[in-house]
Amino acid sequence: MIEELSTTEQGELVINIGPQHPSTHGVLHLIITLNGETIRKVEPHLGYIHRSIEKMCESLSYRQFIYVTSRMDYLSSHINNHGCALCVEKGLQIEVPPRAKVIRVLMDELTRMASHQLWWGALAMDVGALTPFFHAFREREAINDIMEETCGARLTMNYIVPGGVMIDLHPNFQHKVKEFITLFSSKIDEYDDLVTDNVIFRGRMEGVGYLSKEDAISYGCSGPTARGSGVSCDIRKLYPYEVYEQLKFEEIRVTGGDCYARYLVRMGEMRQSLSIIGQLIDNIPEGEFQAKTKAVLKLPKGEFYSRVETARGEFGVYIVSEGGTTPYRIKFRSPGFSNLSALDHMARGHKIGDLVAIMGTLDLVIPDIDR
Amino acid sequence: MTKEELKSRLGELLPSATFEEGTEWTTIMIDPSAWKGIARQLRFTPGLDLDYLFCLSCVDWKTHFTMVYHMESTLHRHILVVKAKLDRSDPEIATVSDIWRTAEFHEREAYDLFGVRFTDHPDLRRLFMTEEWKGWPLRKDYEDPVNMIKL
Amino acid sequence: MDVGNKTADPFPGEVHPTAGGGIVVSKLDEIINWARSNSLWPLVFGTSCCAIEMMSTAGAKYDWSRFGFEVARATPRQADVIVIAGTIVNKMAPVLKRLYDQMADPKYVIAMGACATSGGPFFYNTYSVVKGADHVIPVDVYIAGCPPRPEALLHALITLQEKIRSGATREQIKVEKP
Repeated sequence: MIEELSTTEQGELVINIGPQHPSTHGVLHLIITLNGETIRKVEPHLGYIHRSIEKMCESLSYRQFIYVTSRMDYLSSHINNHGCALCVEKGLQIEVPPRAKVIRVLMDELTRMASHQLWWGALAMDVGALTPFFHAFREREAINDIMEETCGARLTMNYIVPGGVMIDLHPNFQHKVKEFITLFSSKIDEYDDLVTDNVIFRGRMEGVGYLSKEDAISYGCSGPTARGSGVSCDIRKLYPYEVYEQLKFEEIRVTGGDCYARYLVRMGEMRQSLSIIGQLIDNIPEGEFQAKTKAVLKLPKGEFYSRVETARGEFGVYIVSEGGTTPYRIKFRSPGFSNLSALDHMARGHKIGDLVAIMGTLDLVIPDIDR
Repeated sequence: MTKEELKSRLGELLPSATFEEGTEWTTIMIDPSAWKGIARQLRFTPGLDLDYLFCLSCVDWKTHFTMVYHMESTLHRHILVVKAKLDRSDPEIATVSDIWRTAEFHEREAYDLFGVRFTDHPDLRRLFMTEEWKGWPLRKDYEDPVNMIKL
Repeated sequence: MDVGNKTADPFPGEVHPTAGGGIVVSKLDEIINWARSNSLWPLVFGTSCCAIEMMSTAGAKYDWSRFGFEVARATPRQADVIVIAGTIVNKMAPVLKRLYDQMADPKYVIAMGACATSGGPFFYNTYSVVKGADHVIPVDVYIAGCPPRPEALLHALITLQEKIRSGATREQIKVEKP
């Protein structure tokens, strides 16, 4: 185990925010060096949920390995599956039918909203407000019900497969999603009333955890973490996939670099997702929901890389194939891994309460980092 | 820059690099002993400005290792893939964590899972496994009869 | 005293009405079990995806505080039941053991989900996963599912409550010395 230090040579205190802690969003072990109450250094220790996914995928076939990525970043499970399916389709040159493309984008955006709802509830709970947690979960249950009817599961759904989606939409899907849009448009204003303009919340978020634009790029940050510092990095706009080119939505960027800026980016993204779903829900084309593929998939020899935008940032799937039925090497580029490396830089000079606020706005999901 | 412009620009800048054909993005293969100088050139040459390193991986081909670096420029929006072949018995390459800060964690992961040593890394130790773990788990010849149950 | 009583949860004992009120006759063990089962405080311990379903169970739609699990404590010293929600890996196993040791008696363990029961989807070809949390600490109730629905977690909590009331938990089974 790690050697236990209690003081350094300069008389600074070394403490643990251990793997089991309500605000670490999973099992993250932080060793903090403090001078009084001010943080001098933060050192993350990872590996408490390292499930050797990359090694395991080398013995699973190309249809089987997708279920495992649902469990990596379980809050954007559809988007992870989507990234893997895109990579396999790139290798096999499969053309996905238009109905499947629209269904995939709808599911992606619903997942993104569910993930941001949970982030909002958890952030408010970390900072001290317990009520928004229940509001967030109430709306999340509406999305979970929609998912359960079509995909069969509430959290880890293996619905997106290479070639399309696994089964067609439930007949109630359109009606329920339209109901959800009307419900949530009023609720998101309620969220703003509850938390966004609250004096105490702003006092805790503004000026805390500054990350400059150059540092964000150098640390490899992506997603709302980087967009809160003004970096333009939305994969849906830069390298569009599926039907994102034909949709009208904005990339939310806030130049501020502090926690409040990252908070505003995610709130804006929730509204944009709602507008994307509104544009698509009435225009789902008829047709096939899955392209015809062979039963056993064999990718040709070579390397393939696909990038998608999850709720946390850029997710990359890198497959090296030797022509067999299982991949030779898979590497998952997870967004949380790079976002976490900027934590030390952002937290120096702040207090422990600010560290909790910074971790909340980074929106870390530790199984995504540890794979 | 387009793929062809990038290829010609890199050809004049790095005469010793070889290009791979038939890939989605421009891919070059370099000599690992020259990596530090080349990385600095890629990062700071105006016109290239490859400032966003988004993926650092290692692949175990049973006779040698290959380090693969995927990088992008946020100004010009071009993507480059750099590969370097390493010797399997003593894999060693220069670190780039002072050029791209994200490489610090990625290189620790490559050390933990493959055993590749990065010279001048500020803090090279295991990341995911415990400190006492023996062996490099993601290598193709890794055997672990205690923990791994094979299908 | 019935074991399978799922609907009502009356105070265990017989009431003999007398003038001016009544007298309740009962066994002390049953009263203690009844009190313990109705106020189990869970420990905040979630490693991966099952933790989200545990949070949903704590939310407003599937409320677990109806059954007494109101206060989720962050420290093991004040908790009664540990719900292992998620996969346990080799690096986390000593931490789990330490948390279990820090809890005061009587303590109970629920293994939630396929990963905590037996390693789950990560059973084959993994070098770092503990194939089942019962290799580390003794488990009282197992839940199947990946992740199990909140109703499944509620069913497991009710099963644990019945197990306590019927005297079937570890501390309560007294072995006759020969």
